[in-house]
Amino acid sequence: MDSMTIIAVASIVIAGITTGFGTMGPALAEGRAVATALTSLAQQPDASATITRTLFVGLAMIESTAIYCFVVSMILLFANPFWNHVIAQAAGK
Amino acid sequence: MRLSPDGIILWQHGFLKLNATIVYTWGLMSLLSVGSILITRKLSTDLQRSRWQNLLEIVVTAIAKQIEDVGLSQPRKYIGFLGTLFLFVAMAALCTVIPGYVPPTGSLSTTAALALCVFVAVPLFGIAEQGLGGYLTSYTKPTFIMLPFNIISEISRTLALAIRLFGNMMSGTMIIGILLSITPFIFPIVMTVLGLLTGMVQAYIFFILATVYIAAATRARKPEPEAVSSP
Repeated sequence: MDSMTIIAVASIVIAGITTGFGTMGPALAEGRAVATALTSLAQQPDASATITRTLFVGLAMIESTAIYCFVVSMILLFANPFWNHVIAQAAGK
Repeated sequence: MRLSPDGIILWQHGFLKLNATIVYTWGLMSLLSVGSILITRKLSTDLQRSRWQNLLEIVVTAIAKQIEDVGLSQPRKYIGFLGTLFLFVAMAALCTVIPGYVPPTGSLSTTAALALCVFVAVPLFGIAEQGLGGYLTSYTKPTFIMLPFNIISEISRTLALAIRLFGNMMSGTMIIGILLSITPFIFPIVMTVLGLLTGMVQAYIFFILATVYIAAATRARKPEPEAVSSP
């Protein structure tokens, strides 16, 4: 296998694994966050504005890690510098 | 498959490039400015007021109330900066209903610029409120060892602001683009609605996080801000 094939295979496989594994943790964490928020809403309904706002801010912070994984996957697939370098080399030959 | 609207070059002259991001940003800026100027030409304070003035008042008072809830006691000082952040990102997301429009916040350049504005604004507001010495000593609270960690956290949360907004906007447009080639009838519409929802939520998140950072920088260190702990 030459370096071009190795780079392509590694990029594609790791892009898939990154998104696959990267979204499991945030999903579990967001589920727990929403469950706790629902419990506290049931206990104190008049604080619902504060609880809802804090819940959304917390969910966005947790979501960020999943977004980081997604961005890395997209970069590996569509803006891969190693792939561009190897393609430029192959085109120049 | 396009990663961002930076790739659509509309006009080029030497090294000056006009890409879709810049043009859509200008479009949004003119829409917000011209709209506001037209609506606020004849402001009235009695019970008879135009519907657009009513709408703007609702928006402005809601933003001011949110700023006050987070902990900044004088929202009018900060509403110029924070309100514009929210309105720009929200309008950028809302305009996706216009066909042929790609949100400029789907490009890392725009989101990095917005995050850099917040990065510069937080020390500015902190120094204006606490003085240069007071603001710099806040980096050494709670102990002096925390100084490098505080600096690193400043940089990393700016980075996180930029990438969070970029990732959300870019994934929305990319999903719609992919779905248009697979099931081009009803499903892309559903995903566009989802993209609208996440766009508005992300605009609110960007605004609230900027407000929280400014609130943390402008108050003297007290145990636990009220917005985080529930009663």
